[in-house]
Amino acid sequence: MALDEIKIGGMGARRRRVEDNRFIRGKGNYVDDIVLQGMLHMEILRSPMAHARIKSIDVSKAYEIPGVRLVLTGEMMAARNLAWMPTLSYDTQAVLATDKVRFQGQEVAAVIADDPYIAKDACQAIVVEYEALPVIVNPLQAMASDATVIRDDKENQPGNKVFDWEIGDREATDKAFAEADVISKMELHYPRSHPSPMETCGSIADFNRATGKLTVYMTSQAPHIVRAAVAMVAELPEHMIRIVSPDLGGGFGNKVPIYPGYVISILASILTERPVKWIEDKTGNLISTGFGRDVYLKGEMALRKDGKILGMRMNTISDHGAFYADAQPSKFKIGLMHSTFACYDLPAAHLTSTGYYTNKAPGGVAYRCSFRVTEAMFFQERMIHAAADDLGMDQAEFRRMNLVKDDMFPYRTAFGFLTDSGQYEKCLNVGMEAIGYSTFKQEQEEARKRGKLLGIGISTMTEPLGAGNSREYDILGIKMFDSAELRVHMTGKAILRTGAMNQGQGHQTTWAQIVAHELGIPADDITVEEGDTDTAPFGMGTYASRSTPVAGAAVAMVSRKIRAKARKIAAHLLEVSEEDIEWELGRFYVRSNKERGVTIQDCALAAYSNMPDGMEPGLENNAYYDPPNLTWPFAAYFVKVEVDAETGVWDVLNVVAVDDCGVRINPMIVEGQIMGGLTEAYAMASMQYITFDEEGNCIGSNYMDYLLPTAWETPGFELHEVVTPCPHHPIGAKGIGECATVAGPAAFVNAVVNAVSHTGVRNIDMPMMPNRVYEALTTGKDVSGMPPVRISE
Amino acid sequence: MYPSRFGYESPKTVEEAIAILDASGGDAKILAGGQSLVPMLKLRFAAPEMLVDINNIDGLRYINVEADGTVRIGALTRHEDLEYSDELPTASPVLAAAAHLVADPIVRTRGTFVGSVCHADPQGDWAAAMTALGGHIVAQGPNGKRTIEVKDFVIGPFQNALAYNEIAIEAVIPAPKGKSTGSYLKLERRVGDFATASVAVSLDMVGDVVARAGSALAGVGGRTIDATDAVASLVGQKLTEENIKTAAEAVAAAAEPRSDHRGTSDYKRQIVKTFVIRILTGLAESSQKVA
Repeated sequence: MALDEIKIGGMGARRRRVEDNRFIRGKGNYVDDIVLQGMLHMEILRSPMAHARIKSIDVSKAYEIPGVRLVLTGEMMAARNLAWMPTLSYDTQAVLATDKVRFQGQEVAAVIADDPYIAKDACQAIVVEYEALPVIVNPLQAMASDATVIRDDKENQPGNKVFDWEIGDREATDKAFAEADVISKMELHYPRSHPSPMETCGSIADFNRATGKLTVYMTSQAPHIVRAAVAMVAELPEHMIRIVSPDLGGGFGNKVPIYPGYVISILASILTERPVKWIEDKTGNLISTGFGRDVYLKGEMALRKDGKILGMRMNTISDHGAFYADAQPSKFKIGLMHSTFACYDLPAAHLTSTGYYTNKAPGGVAYRCSFRVTEAMFFQERMIHAAADDLGMDQAEFRRMNLVKDDMFPYRTAFGFLTDSGQYEKCLNVGMEAIGYSTFKQEQEEARKRGKLLGIGISTMTEPLGAGNSREYDILGIKMFDSAELRVHMTGKAILRTGAMNQGQGHQTTWAQIVAHELGIPADDITVEEGDTDTAPFGMGTYASRSTPVAGAAVAMVSRKIRAKARKIAAHLLEVSEEDIEWELGRFYVRSNKERGVTIQDCALAAYSNMPDGMEPGLENNAYYDPPNLTWPFAAYFVKVEVDAETGVWDVLNVVAVDDCGVRINPMIVEGQIMGGLTEAYAMASMQYITFDEEGNCIGSNYMDYLLPTAWETPGFELHEVVTPCPHHPIGAKGIGECATVAGPAAFVNAVVNAVSHTGVRNIDMPMMPNRVYEALTTGKDVSGMPPVRISE
Repeated sequence: MYPSRFGYESPKTVEEAIAILDASGGDAKILAGGQSLVPMLKLRFAAPEMLVDINNIDGLRYINVEADGTVRIGALTRHEDLEYSDELPTASPVLAAAAHLVADPIVRTRGTFVGSVCHADPQGDWAAAMTALGGHIVAQGPNGKRTIEVKDFVIGPFQNALAYNEIAIEAVIPAPKGKSTGSYLKLERRVGDFATASVAVSLDMVGDVVARAGSALAGVGGRTIDATDAVASLVGQKLTEENIKTAAEAVAAAAEPRSDHRGTSDYKRQIVKTFVIRILTGLAESSQKVA
């Protein structure tokens, strides 16, 4: 009898998360939980200034404090050629400042002491003399012809420009605009935000002089990349470096880059010959580590009277901070911004992008998104909303007309991506039904008569998840494949290791479900391990929703290799030829006699005790998976709001989210991912942003100033499911971790703009704080979120 | 959290605590709920030589409503004690309305009412509510007790009128002239956020006539704003649409908001005005229902 797949925790089972048992009991093992014999503690002194020349650093008072073992400065790093390090975007970044500080919070010195209290006291005793320089806090200042050059350390640096980049067909787009009946425009700012994982960054470096081995426990979403980078930067042999990422308290893209703190702790351990622990505080995390977004987006759309989109052109100006440390595939300067409008049948498109250095923290990371697709899709859905309004068309019908139809797949987008599957219109219909779209306009009019402002917002999108195929995607030249290694023990239990890195996604739970699906081994019988570069196979880590599309595929593929070998063993045990064997979940049987069979566990035991003549013993294998394409999930989100006309406060009345992420491995985990993403979308729309004053002071360096929504204000979400399997993924799954963060914000903004559109307002920049909404309502003008900085005329 | 080095004392009586404060010569800080002090220690904005933890002193956690309507609140009464009090909604609707708007539920389990008034944050809810109610603080020092009206107690941002060797042991809301009514409204961007604007309005009613009126504002100035004069026109009157509007405009004029990332000064005045109208209109409607 075949096994019941749900009972063994296979595909589709709402299996409880294996991880939660230890987390909710306080038995997790985070970097800060690790205590090594003789461990010292490191604290970083950060710059209070956003742009200043360092005239002198006096550390003598710090050394007077008992318990201080070592004080590191940029000069000492430079003596070992470690003052600068490469970034993931082929730039360089200061480890400890030598010449200048270039953003508030930059690392200036580090104290290594017997305990963290002493280290912090000693940091306060270090005297740094700064000479203030003009501060640049946005690209508009950076591009001025007389702007101070932030990166004067680089040769041939043209002002503060990081890059110019373009993609698409300029000529075809110009032609589309020439033929347009209506041209619709949109301009907005996607504000800087911070991923804010609950656990900050940290490391424990442990260099053993006797063995020559360096072990670093680290908060990294991509430990294998770190090992490669450390090998190159620190010039240590790769086999003598072991990077271990234990449990991570969230990542959201923030833990992809390699931060100065990690590098300093490594040198500190080498110099002191003691383990050195560095745990960043919350403020350090917020002001110095990889931010998200901070892009000015401007574009226009060529439209035919009847609503058909003819073309789109778009320009982005991005603020990268002091070092270009975006974590993204190397071929693309502004991530996958050109995935914008991928769900629409768009004949012609052109994108130009320019990046600038500013005196702000570096590291435009993919904050819960696949490399800038959040900005891309937000612009798309704001532009679509405005275009429908300009045409006087219904929001849903305008989308329906222009969405790629089911029979058009595979569909080549105007920017060259190949979308391969989806049922966009069905998702739209499911959402419209659930939110009560057909009666909304009437409801809205009646409410207006009673002085109530209701609004509805839609956001539909497909996004490229799961980078990616080796033709197009690499980081620092390393192709973005991933891996899995499966070892089945003789009693039929197993251990699975992958090159991905769990940080809340539930890999321990879902990977085992894939193995259960492929082999019929109960999920509870499978251990999943990740994050130790000495034991796990090489992989590019977890971000950009790539785990299931890439590593998850490798898990399925390695399971199939195991099954192929088990089949040979089964034939041997059943004394028939392999061709006469059939498979059902968990069991091989003889085709002519279904009663005669052996289980996968029987085969496992035989692999160690009774293998066929000439067969290599054991039952283990590995798989490296290079995906043929990205995966393309689809989202259709609907938000209904009510705006208080006297205060600008808006309340969410209803959120409907329809997601098609293909086959769901564990529906409960998928739903959790969507709800988490919707919460972050609501956060961006309502309150979450980091801004800077004219002096470059970060307004948002703590959780009283940088607002994250709590359960208190987060609205409820109604989730719906449509399933279109991914045609190329071995189990038909698509990425899902980030759809809601990406598609969500526009649904909220569109809803609020819809509620106040009778005043003529077309855009309110995020976050839509009550004062901004009130301003829009009372002035009838768009509200720009341009940072509150005076731009000199 | 890695604060600067500090000493710690945990006295068992108020007298013992006062003796420690007196001996410290001004370098000691009282630790009650710690919801403002501990974050400041963490950030090293505060670095006192000594913390005097009063949590082990018995008899300071109470809300007493006396026969004449006077409300007494002890120094260790937590915000949540006010939030869940059965008596406050009748005895002091302003305090009851403010109680669930103070900070967030986590802070409310630990933070104290009196500590919050002592902290004198211009955005603090309790100092505003107490000012509107005409309350006072009982301070105890080496020479005994004294009473300080809240409007004189909060002398500036983060500054109160206590001497270094005094402890605020009790907050007192005087007995109302008639029935205590009123409310508290706050605009915040997120639970636990500092107020963009907060409004406390307290009316003592005899029938449907206002016998006493008080108002105060938080978040719209460099200190708690006493707007009692702005609502004085209501005394002796029944609430009407017209006098509500006049009072609301006067309260909004008393605000001293600054434009910042929470909004322009005009916006904040608009919020104050809206909130006063909402509170007073609500009171007018409920007094009509009673009448």
